Amino acid sequence: MNVAKVLDAKGLACPMPVVRAKKAMDELESGQVLEVHTTDKGAKNDLPAWAKTSGHTVIDMKEENGVLTFWIQKG
Amino acid sequence: MAQPKKKTTIILFSGDYDKAMAAYIIANGAAAYDHDVTIFHTFWGLNALRKEAPVSVQKGFLEKMFAKMMPRGADRMGLSRMNFAGIGPKLIKKVIKKHNAMPLPQLIEMAKEQGVKLVACQMTVDLLGLKPEELIDGIEFAGVAAYLADASEGNVNLFI
Repeated sequence: MNVAKVLDAKGLACPMPVVRAKKAMDELESGQVLEVHTTDKGAKNDLPAWAKTSGHTVIDMKEENGVLTFWIQKG
Repeated sequence: MAQPKKKTTIILFSGDYDKAMAAYIIANGAAAYDHDVTIFHTFWGLNALRKEAPVSVQKGFLEKMFAKMMPRGADRMGLSRMNFAGIGPKLIKKVIKKHNAMPLPQLIEMAKEQGVKLVACQMTVDLLGLKPEELIDGIEFAGVAAYLADASEGNVNLFI
């Protein structure tokens, strides 16, 4: 997978992961992939919900040692 | 995405720190959703827009009383529950820090950065004797018609 940008949102609480993801996404072109790291448990639902509503696609997600990583493709 | 932007409007009536925090978290979230967001501040919610430093303005006795009795700025607002004469807000701010959440003044800053439109209700500004100079920069003044114009196109409309 070609990751165009990595966003470290670890340690940030709601609503910051989504706010930062939006900012990062604004800098990408359609089709590019954003990788997001977060420790906010709420983000597990928040980021996919945000991606879906904003027209992006969550390609993959993993959880490791309390860190959630998302790969989101810009729509 | 070429579709017209969605809209979120929030009326912030409350002057409680916790309720204002909820309002601003939703506003910031909605801005991240690429909504056009408006927070319409009325009555006690106007205190969230006050500058922290005192501003010298000409006022009558009643207006001075109001100015003294209301919190000057977001950071001085009390809690809707467990305020404990001002100890509650100190505790909440501690917990906010512990959990890496954002305190209200920063949420307001971020909302401005994200282009959230902050509106002060002109009529209640007058009622409470506030002067435009006493409120933070970058806000608009409007009335019920402007709010309704936004809200009638709103996808999310909240009263807090």
